[in-house]
Amino acid sequence: MVGQPAPGGGGAASAGVLHRRPRLRLGLLLGPPVLWLGVLYLGSLAALFITSLWTVDAFGGNIQRIWNLDNYRDLATLDVYRTITLRTLATAAAVTVIDALLAFPIALYMAKVASPRAQRLLVVAVLMPLWASYLVKAYAWRGMLATGGPLDSVGLSPGYGLAATVLTLSYLWLPYMILPMYAGLERLPGSLLEASADLGASTATTMRRVVLPVLFPAVVAGSIFTFSLTLGDYIAVKIVGGANQMLGNVVYDSFLTGNNTPFAAAVATIPVAVMLVYLAAVRRTGALDSL
Amino acid sequence: MKRTSMLATAAALALALGGCGTSSGDGGDDGGTGSAAQGGFTAPDVPMAEELGDTEGSLSVLAWPGYAEDGSTDTSVDWVTPFEEKTGCQVDVKYFGTSDEAVSLMKSGQYDVVSASGDASLRLVAGGDVAPVNTDLIPNYADVWSFLKDRDWNSVDGQMYGVPHGYGANLLMYNTEEVSPAPTSWSAVFDDASQHAGKVTAYDSPIYIADAALYLSKTQPDLGIEDPYALDEDQLAAAVDLLKKQRENVGEYWSDYLKETQAFKTGDSVVGTTWQVIVNLAQDEKAPVEAILPEEGATGWSDTWMVSSKTEHPNCAYAWMDHIISPEANAAVAEWFGEAPANEKACDLTSEGFCDTYHAGDESYADQIHYWTTPIEQCLDGRTDVQCTTYQDWTQAWTEIKG
Repeated sequence: MVGQPAPGGGGAASAGVLHRRPRLRLGLLLGPPVLWLGVLYLGSLAALFITSLWTVDAFGGNIQRIWNLDNYRDLATLDVYRTITLRTLATAAAVTVIDALLAFPIALYMAKVASPRAQRLLVVAVLMPLWASYLVKAYAWRGMLATGGPLDSVGLSPGYGLAATVLTLSYLWLPYMILPMYAGLERLPGSLLEASADLGASTATTMRRVVLPVLFPAVVAGSIFTFSLTLGDYIAVKIVGGANQMLGNVVYDSFLTGNNTPFAAAVATIPVAVMLVYLAAVRRTGALDSL
Repeated sequence: MKRTSMLATAAALALALGGCGTSSGDGGDDGGTGSAAQGGFTAPDVPMAEELGDTEGSLSVLAWPGYAEDGSTDTSVDWVTPFEEKTGCQVDVKYFGTSDEAVSLMKSGQYDVVSASGDASLRLVAGGDVAPVNTDLIPNYADVWSFLKDRDWNSVDGQMYGVPHGYGANLLMYNTEEVSPAPTSWSAVFDDASQHAGKVTAYDSPIYIADAALYLSKTQPDLGIEDPYALDEDQLAAAVDLLKKQRENVGEYWSDYLKETQAFKTGDSVVGTTWQVIVNLAQDEKAPVEAILPEEGATGWSDTWMVSSKTEHPNCAYAWMDHIISPEANAAVAEWFGEAPANEKACDLTSEGFCDTYHAGDESYADQIHYWTTPIEQCLDGRTDVQCTTYQDWTQAWTEIKG
């Protein structure tokens, strides 16, 4: 490839320059996304981490930029934070499992059974709740679960508390599990299922040996959404969680109540660390390779 | 390949960390706002307005819900529009749910005035977020009850940091159908809370620890609690224990007045602390509730309108502070919110018997209410042999209580 002489005109000239200098071309192409990722994304994470190493003065609530590990020491030594972390992890795990179990039949029906027309309608139906505000949905659940509310009048309401939180969050994040599962199952050729049946496999065997291996990466993708969204949530807990608190509430309260941004930042690193561990574990299973 | 990318990331992170570290090194002091000195409370040096000029045309108000009504909640309740017409200051209101939220929002410097309760005001003063107020520039200040002026929570060394606006108690609300006999004591939410397990509610703020301390001061005199806002470590621990026991019976904590109204309406909460305004709203919505001032007395609030140290609209801010404690506006706020007005002339304008019900101007009654005050290291009850716990200790304790 030899650079052609530019036939006049600024635009063409600069195109020529770009053509002659592949490194510049690459830089311009990758610059913005790298800036985005490096500066805004990693930068804000770094800022979070740095803030967590500062403290605030006890009274006026102004940040004092003195390096120390006090916030992390508090997190490690006070029992209450371990309890809250474990509660949050358990809630996130429960939400993920419930969503996976609920999403599987729906996604399977959408991908393999429904007619193309019904398929499109079902996708719209699954996406529809995402168009409504989070708060409206959470407050709707507060009404559903209230004493004398619809669920209570049929004797099914768990009342406000952790069970209500798991229920509400499972509802809120369900579409994030259905869609990846649907996408995963859609890639599974129908002929594989037929072949499995032709070779004499029962439905259960087909599920176990054909469908589940294909589904696994999709479930992992969905679980990253449901798990991480639950880890960071604090609003649903405030609305239907009764007197319980999760990590998000501690962040929110430290920020607002204590005006203690550094401590809030230290607490916020817990979900970040948990997700890093989670992603590393997922990567080991190889589920991310086929995404 | 993988190793190099890891290394690159690590290097980038190290650079970012290093860069931020250096830039923060020279920013050690916080814009010269100063802070509470160790041992004694010295207010940071913030200039006070000396004279007033023309109004600037706009004002940003940070207020408790119900304190700055412009007719949008209830068309008959409006004292913002008359102010706008009189001064030409276009008012923009933001409501906050807790004192902590107010302190946090004031730090942004986006609000000109704030209706601060006593648990917020000293924090705002210490943080350099509010300016001293020149009461000579506020004509209506002369009519404010004298026992509300120069108090622990609204002044430092005799310098006022705002204008008193109104005061009231944190009451005990109960569901008349579920709770009988009617409670007369805070024991309903402490020692006897298990009778309504899962349906007790409490105010979601560290300052609620004072409610437990007040109860302990009557039921366990050995602890020697004189002032619920001046707790040494042992006294705080006792209050925390009491609240941890209460936690087993708490259905939910409230800070949002709408949430509490709804919970009492559905019966998810049947007994707990409240404000008169919530009682009024709940009764309006046909919830079977009553509220009392228990025999132990109560914690309460005495609110002060303060002006931001960063305000760009000082003239509108002073005009607002004068307006909000004018007899007309003060009477309207007091009746709508359910509190005693700060201006004694307001009582001529409120409906008959109102000021008697709220014991407005009754100094001895007002003394029974333990007004929210920010707990600080120097014990507010005058003890000098011990160090008291600070609001930050209370905040930490509150997280532990909720568990």
